[in-house]
Amino acid sequence: MAHEEETATTENRLHGPFHDTARQHEADRLGMLVFLASEVMLFGGLLGGALAIRLLHPVDYGRAAAQLHLWLGGLNTAILLTSSLLVALAVEAVRSGQARLAAWQLRGAMLLGIAFLAVKGLEYTLEYRDGLVPGLAGAHLESLVHALFMNLYFAATGLHALHVIGGLALLGFAAASRLAQADRNAVVVGNIALYWHLVDVVWIFLYPTLYLARPS
Amino acid sequence: MTRATGRLLIVWAALMALLSLTIAATLLGLGPAAPFVSYGIALTKAGLILWFFMDLRKDRGTERLAGFSAFAWAAILFVFLAADYLTRSTFASS
Repeated sequence: MAHEEETATTENRLHGPFHDTARQHEADRLGMLVFLASEVMLFGGLLGGALAIRLLHPVDYGRAAAQLHLWLGGLNTAILLTSSLLVALAVEAVRSGQARLAAWQLRGAMLLGIAFLAVKGLEYTLEYRDGLVPGLAGAHLESLVHALFMNLYFAATGLHALHVIGGLALLGFAAASRLAQADRNAVVVGNIALYWHLVDVVWIFLYPTLYLARPS
Repeated sequence: MTRATGRLLIVWAALMALLSLTIAATLLGLGPAAPFVSYGIALTKAGLILWFFMDLRKDRGTERLAGFSAFAWAAILFVFLAADYLTRSTFASS
């Protein structure tokens, strides 16, 4: 009993059914990775849909992709890659006991995440203005394939944006929690970082699928 | 600056260089090779993030398996999907 109380007061609390913290951390990380694998398969279905449309209608698919804003998508890729760097640096800072530095890096990553959403919002506005939103009265899409492509674009980027919003909430928690930043094993901050990196990885595949598929 | 920090900065620089390369490749126009180049670069970028940013290089077998398994399943999905669409005309004409 005395032993249990002693471990409960240390910064790395041990929970049942684990008998040592190393095993518990491994299980925490494995659980997060399995969850992220399910996310990869969710987006994999959307990318599979894009592949089918592209194989059946390569010319129309390319023409539709050419109407997206290549440079705004590229800017957003750079923003997400940089936010991923800040989150990875924050995990290193937590591990080396620099909690204040970690908090600032996490806040920096959040700012970049918000900047990503702002650019995405600007893109949606431009696409609305250009009449590229299927189903709206002002839409003037060239073909059925164009409409399919734009539906896929809004479904994939919209779902991704929801993940960015979720990631921002998690980063906000990590940036505010002194307890999470004091944990030298970086269990909570490390797992939140994994989620943010995966959001970045998903975008890395959405970018060539949607923006870079223009005819060359 | 610690070694770990330096390594992360180098990986970030490599990721930004790959982003510039993929945009340049798209604008230059590579014809039928274009999708292979852009997805090759995407896979390299994702690999760098998984290996260095997500720290899979430090993990043991089980975690690495969990990290990479979904990509393997997604690859199987894409191969079967492509095999179906790409061979439809072949079988229809015979």
